[in-house]
Order: sequence, then C-alpha cells, then structure tokens
Amino acid sequence: MNRAGEIAAKAERDDIRSRWLLSMPALATIFFAAAGPLVIVLLCSVLEPGPYGGVVWKFSPEAWISVFMERDIFDDTLSVADAHVVIFWRSVKLALLATVGALVLGFPTAYFIATRSERARDVWLFLITIPFWTNLLIRTLAVLQVIRNEGVINTLLIKLGIIEAPIQILFTDTAITLGMVYVYLPFMVLPIYASLEKLDFRLVEAAYDLYASRVQVLRRIIFPLVKPGVIAGSILVFIPAISAYVTPSVLGGGKNMMVANLIELQFGQGRNVPLGSALSISVMAIVAAALLVYVRNTGGSEARHG
Amino acid sequence: MGPSVPERPDRNAIDVRGVGKVFGTGDSAVAALDRVSVSIRENEFFTLLGPSGCGKTTLLRLIAGFDYPSEGEILLYGEDIAPLPPFKRPVNTVFQSYALFPHMTVGGNIGFGLEMLGKPKAEIAARVDQMLKLVRMEALKRRRISEISGGQQQRVALARALAPQPKVLLLDEPLSALDFKLRKEMQIELKRLQHETGITFIFVTHDQEEALTMSDRIAVMSSGRILQVGTPRDIYDRPAERFVADFIGETNFLAADMVGSSNGQARVRLASGAELGAALPDGLAPNGRVTVVVRPEHARLVKQGGAISGTLENVVYFGTDTHYYVRPDSGGDTFIVRQQNTRDGATFTAGERIGIAISDDAAQVLRD
Amino acid sequence: MAERFSIRRQPGFTAVAMICFVILYVPILVLVVYAFNAANSMSEWGGFSLHWFEVGWNNDQVIDASLRSLKIASAAAILASIVATMAALATTRRGPYRGLTFIYGFINQPLMVPEIVTGVALLVFFSRVKVWSGYSGLGYLIAAHTAFCIPFAYLPIRARLENMDLTLERAAADLYATPWKVFRRITLPLLWPGILAGFMLAFVISLDDVVITEFVKSGGQDALPTYMLGQIRRGVTPEMNAVSTAFLLLSVVIVTLFFFASRKRS
Repeated sequence: MNRAGEIAAKAERDDIRSRWLLSMPALATIFFAAAGPLVIVLLCSVLEPGPYGGVVWKFSPEAWISVFMERDIFDDTLSVADAHVVIFWRSVKLALLATVGALVLGFPTAYFIATRSERARDVWLFLITIPFWTNLLIRTLAVLQVIRNEGVINTLLIKLGIIEAPIQILFTDTAITLGMVYVYLPFMVLPIYASLEKLDFRLVEAAYDLYASRVQVLRRIIFPLVKPGVIAGSILVFIPAISAYVTPSVLGGGKNMMVANLIELQFGQGRNVPLGSALSISVMAIVAAALLVYVRNTGGSEARHG
Repeated sequence: MGPSVPERPDRNAIDVRGVGKVFGTGDSAVAALDRVSVSIRENEFFTLLGPSGCGKTTLLRLIAGFDYPSEGEILLYGEDIAPLPPFKRPVNTVFQSYALFPHMTVGGNIGFGLEMLGKPKAEIAARVDQMLKLVRMEALKRRRISEISGGQQQRVALARALAPQPKVLLLDEPLSALDFKLRKEMQIELKRLQHETGITFIFVTHDQEEALTMSDRIAVMSSGRILQVGTPRDIYDRPAERFVADFIGETNFLAADMVGSSNGQARVRLASGAELGAALPDGLAPNGRVTVVVRPEHARLVKQGGAISGTLENVVYFGTDTHYYVRPDSGGDTFIVRQQNTRDGATFTAGERIGIAISDDAAQVLRD
Repeated sequence: MAERFSIRRQPGFTAVAMICFVILYVPILVLVVYAFNAANSMSEWGGFSLHWFEVGWNNDQVIDASLRSLKIASAAAILASIVATMAALATTRRGPYRGLTFIYGFINQPLMVPEIVTGVALLVFFSRVKVWSGYSGLGYLIAAHTAFCIPFAYLPIRARLENMDLTLERAAADLYATPWKVFRRITLPLLWPGILAGFMLAFVISLDDVVITEFVKSGGQDALPTYMLGQIRRGVTPEMNAVSTAFLLLSVVIVTLFFFASRKRS
C-alpha cells in the first residue's frame, strides 16, 4: 500500500479505536450491572437448588421441568403443574387484555391529540406525558384508592343507589387488568401519536372524494397507515404487562399471582433459585418472541435507523 | 500587513502530486479525485473551477486536512503535510456555511484560532481589532452571531480565518449564499484582501464568471480530473478541451477538416467550404476531422460574404451588447454572435439572410 | 344548518379521548385530594389539613428512604450522563463500522429485558459479590441504577448530537484546536442542553424504580418506592397519600423542566 493509503488507514484505525474506548464505560457498566448477570441466571437454571436457598454446583434439568411439570413425590411420575400453568395463563391473558384495553382507549386519544392545532397539541402531549413519568407505584396506589370497597367507584355507586353493597373489585384479576391498562396507557398513546402525526391527511381527503364512509376511511386508510405505531404501542404495553410485578402485587393481593410474583417467590420463601432462574428465562423468551414480532412487522427499519 | 507582493514569486506554496481519493469500497467505490497534480504559487489567487461533483471541494478538504488522500502527496512549501492533522497545518478555511461558533461573539470567533495557538491575550485582542478593521466591521465586535446578517457573517468568517496568518487560505464557495450585489462587492473585497495580506488564496467555485474576474490562475476540473490550468485569459481564449470551452462562457463549436498546419497555426476548412486560420494547442498536430471553437464576440455579422452564411433566427438585446442567433446554411448548431451596440452600427433583423465573418486569430482547434 | 364536514373528525373519538384523560387524572387527583384529608379515613372527608404531610415529614423511615432515593438518583444520573455522553460521541455521526450495531444494541439492552429478570439476576450476582467482598453499601444500588439509566440519558444526548453541525468542529480543528479543545470549547457547550435533558430523565427514572431496587437492596436500604411498597402491602394509610403527593410534585417539576430544556434551543 502506498504511503498515502497507509496514513489514511491508520487514521481510520485510530478513529475506530477511540470510539471503542469511549464506549467502554457504558458497555462495562451495563455488562456488570445488567446484561452479564443474565448469563449467571441462565447458568443457575440448570443447577440444583441448595438446602438454604442458593445453588449447588451440580447439573440438573429439574428446574426446567418444574416450570410446567411437577413430580409426584411418591412415584416420580410427571404431571402438569396446575399452579404454574394457571399463573402463566393468567399472565398472558391479562397482558393481552390490558393491551387490547389500552388500544381501545389509546387509539382515539392519540388520534384526538394528532388532530389538534400545533399549539394545542403540545399542551395535550404534556398532559399525557405527566402520568408517564409518575411513579408506577403511586399510580397503582391511585387505582387502588379508586376501586377498593370504600373507594370512589363503590362509594359513588352506593350513593347513587345503583348497588347496595360494595362490589369486590380489588384483589381480583379484573383489578390487575384495570390497573395495567391505567398504568401502561401512555405507552400505547405516544407511539400511535407519532405515527398519526406523520399521516398525510390528503390521503384521507382522497378517500372521501372516492365515496368512502367515515368507518371505511378509518378501517382502510388510517389504520393500515398507522399500523407501525399501533404495533409499537402494543409491544410497549404487552412486554411490561406480562412481566409486571408491582401492579399484581398491590392490586392482586397475594393470591392472584402473575409470573413475576411467582419468580419472586422462588427467590424468597420458595428457596428455589434454579426454578426462579428457569422461570425468568421463560419470561425473557416470551418477551424476545414479542420483540421479534415487532421487528418483523416494522420491517426492521426501526432497528436500522436506531 | 503581510509581505509586499514580489513581482515574480518563485516558490510553490502548495504542490499536489498524483493525488487520488476514493470513497467507498469494491463495487460501490467512487473516485472523487483521479490522480491530480497541480502547483499553486505563493501569493497567488488560485481558483479551482468546475461543476458540482467535479472534485474541487474534495481537493480543498485534502489540503485542509479533513480527509486523507488515497494516493499521492500534498506538499506545503516542499514539506509533506499528509500525516499532519488539520490543527497542525498552517492552513485555514473559510467554509461555505461559514461555520461560525454560535455560542461566541464576533470577537470571540475571530480570536479563536489565536487562542488555540496559545497567544497572549493582549496580542489576541490587538489582532482581533486589526482584523475587524480589515473587513470593516469594527462596530460589531461584541455582537452574537445570530444578530448579524449573512453578508456580515461572511466577513467574520473571513476575518476568523485570516487572523492566525496562515500560509494558505482556502475558500470553499464562500460567496454562494450572498445576493448578487453583495457578491460583486465581496469579490472586489477578496481580491483586495489577497493583495494586502500577500497570503496564497485557493478559491473554489462553480461560477465561471467569478473565477474569471478574481483569479490570477484557474484550474478547470471535471469528474475528478484537472483539465486545464492557466490564467483567465488563457482559459477563455485558448480552451484546450471541449469541456473547458463549453463550461467557460459561451462558445461556438464548428466541425472542420484540417488543411494544413505550421508553427502552431492551422488552416481548416469549414462545412460551409470557407477556409480559416486557427490556433493549435501545444503539441497537437491533428489530421482530418477536428473541432474548432470561436467565441461569439470574436465573430462579426456582415450583410454579405463571410465564412459562414445563414439565416438570422433571433436577436436578443442586452443593453451593452446584442446576441445574434444564426442558423447556418450548412447545418449544425446555432451560431451565436455578440456585438457591442454602437451608435451608428448596422442593425440586423430576425429572418434576414446574413453572413458571419471570422478573423484568422479568432478560432482555436480543440484537443478532443 | 348542516355542520361543516371535517375530514379529521371520527365519530366518538373525541369523547373517548376525553374519557381517557379523565380516567388518567381522576385517580391521581383523588389521591392528592385525600392527602389533604383531615380525617383519619380513606373515604370520609374531614376537612382540609396538612396533618398527614406532617406525619410523613416526622416519619424517620420516610425521610431516611427519601434521602437514600435522592442520593442514589443523583449518583446514578450523574454517572449515567457522563457515560452516556461518551457513548453518544462514540456512536453518532459516523457511517457504520464494525461493532456499531452491537454497541448500540448493548446500550439499549436494559430497555429490552423485563425488570423482574434483571432484578433477580442482579440479586444472584450481587449476593455472591457481597459474600466475597464483604462490602454491603449503596454501591450495588448505584451501579444497578446507573446501568438502566444509561439508555435513558443516551437518547436525548444522541438526538442533540446528531442535530449539531459537524462543520463547526471542523472549523475549530482548522483553527488549531486539538481534539480535546474542540470537545471542551465547541462540542460540550453546544451539547449541554442535551446532557441536561438526559440527566433529568435519568434522575426521574432512578427515583421511580421499584422492581430492581427491591431485589438489589440489602436490609435497611430502602429507597422511597420500596418503602412505600412495603407499607402498602401491610395496609394503605393516608400518610402514604401525602408521601405520594410530595413525590408526585417532585416528578412533575422535573418533567416540566425537562420539557423546557429540550424545547429551548431546538
């Protein structure tokens, strides 16, 4: 290589090396305090549980089997672990319900904001963002206040004479679902809004010009064009919902457990670190699958543009 | 301010030798510069002229140090500056977008280079005032960049680049954002500044008129190559290549056959049958078909006779002169003739049968 | 008289949107209102009073947890901002190079893994480290918080950096500024609003964290959210309303500042 080429190549190498060095602190922090330990969890899931919690360094597939199966203590046969299945099923079901609920409420809201004037839009966006940044726990607490037996809803219904005794909403699956819709609603609104903002309303005009009704315009023009936003919002709700810990803990009492609560149990009273690890990996797998669906559906363009 | 201008500068400020620059790799590799070589003398106003994409800005950036050549060398007063990063080269740039630092005042911007060089505060202050006087903007020293107009910003950019007294000043289409009148004023300003400071100016532009009016020498570039280097007069009167002839000013291209040549002069026969004397570029001794160029102002309309006969298609009045568009009988492109409007000159009207007279020293054979 | 046809109107959407906003704010407002409830109950209104705020203020555990939260958030936000700035400088305004996608993905990793999983992973890992090193202080919490704050600080910094005119830095280099001087005199001052925005985002995210803090903390190391979680599990008191309201106020103030910081010099 000629001298000029060498100089150019060296400059290039220096540049890339300095970029890696600059990234190091961030990468190291995340490696040690976020990503790295995940490998440890993976490892733990194939070890034996220790007598007082912790693990014993012996390989055992028991943890993974226990995710969905349980062994009969007498004759070692495997049967489906009902308790776990119920919990997994509840998690998936409630997460899906919460996503749908958030979509039904969130889409019109995003639409509303996107169709305001420029100035008004900022105000509405600000209003939607505030709950977004409020502590999850506080918002869950707020929901609790409203749905409990002496809470706003029941008190109102009793005062209006619609019911006589308070309806037990708290500590049910419904409470958890309502709580999740409430808590994750902004996550649905913002991506849909982002998509709607880019929508060219002249296309809507064209559709009306061609004899479409309002419903048809919504169904055939608007919705398909904002699909990326809808999918993004759905994923942003589904993933935290299925791995929710705080909301089911506060609104479900101890009885209506979701996967996250089950996992916590293994690391606390249950003293089954490998099982807890296996359950965690399972949750990660579900989340990864959901992310895959998301990336596929947006054509990977989000990933490319970052 | 700077050294007085010597009559015959004998050193080369910049030597570009066989410099090439390739962007991308493999199938998508693009050669922005194709082994160009040129020498720029000290205290010169040198212009790189060409259409966008010709490589002139790339060459400028290589000289400034913002990128490295893929091959070849760049010498500054004989020394290879390729390994030097831009902050080590005594070369300063006036950017097309001015690139003034928005969070500093006018004075802060101008003094920045000297600050970076570690000069004492008193010296910096003195130089900043000097520069402000040079570009006639003393009153604006403390203003923020956002508060001054485009033309003023341009002057600040200039002052900022001149303050550290670089050996070479690079100007990347600095006048392109200015309106017509301001442009004309700045062209004169730049010329004056170059003379006063004695610093070598390398000016990049796509505006051929600008290049012709301001430069000591011009390099015409196209597609990564330098086609011709010469004084404005050389370039205009004796274009060596078709592209140069076409790019600079208006030209008429005539197909002709060689009849004979001697001593750099040729005799050619035009399609109309008339014979003409034409200058030959150095080293060219063609045979057979050639292309000959004639500038519109070197031809004359005559009522009868002339080297080419045809019909006058269009007459466009420009105030100082008039353009006549003639369709030659012998076919080929429209021939343009430019004549100054004199009080009692002959007048021609569209549709007239007309002749074009070309004197022997008006035509030039092209290197095709 | 017929109403003018608006292409943007969809029947019922405005109504749903309004319902949505109401639903979003009513619970919070109820919470805030009841924080000022003089009565000792959660449903009867006994008049306006700051009583519960006083109780919270005098509650040593609340103060202790709050201070700890602020300490952790400050440390984590500062560290995350510094580290994220470096990472942003490394990953923006450059064509793709080997490892860029990897770095970018890795930085955003905390956003993609559910908190419960990260929480238990850190629990396992840190408990080992605690045994091995004997250190049991706030360091683990700060490290964990910094890690998940990095992507949040990174985003606004990167956005601001990408919008910066690269030519300005070239001009500075042209005027003899070394790379370090270019950063200090040109890049940093112009990047500053972005860094500030990233800091505030990270600060709020850290303050709000429940799950990871819950799993990483040692005994007696409650942050405010985890303290509240513990209290709520035992039974809700009006004191919690007051504490929540104070917390809410802080968040709103920071978010408003953040909005202004990211608006100002765009």
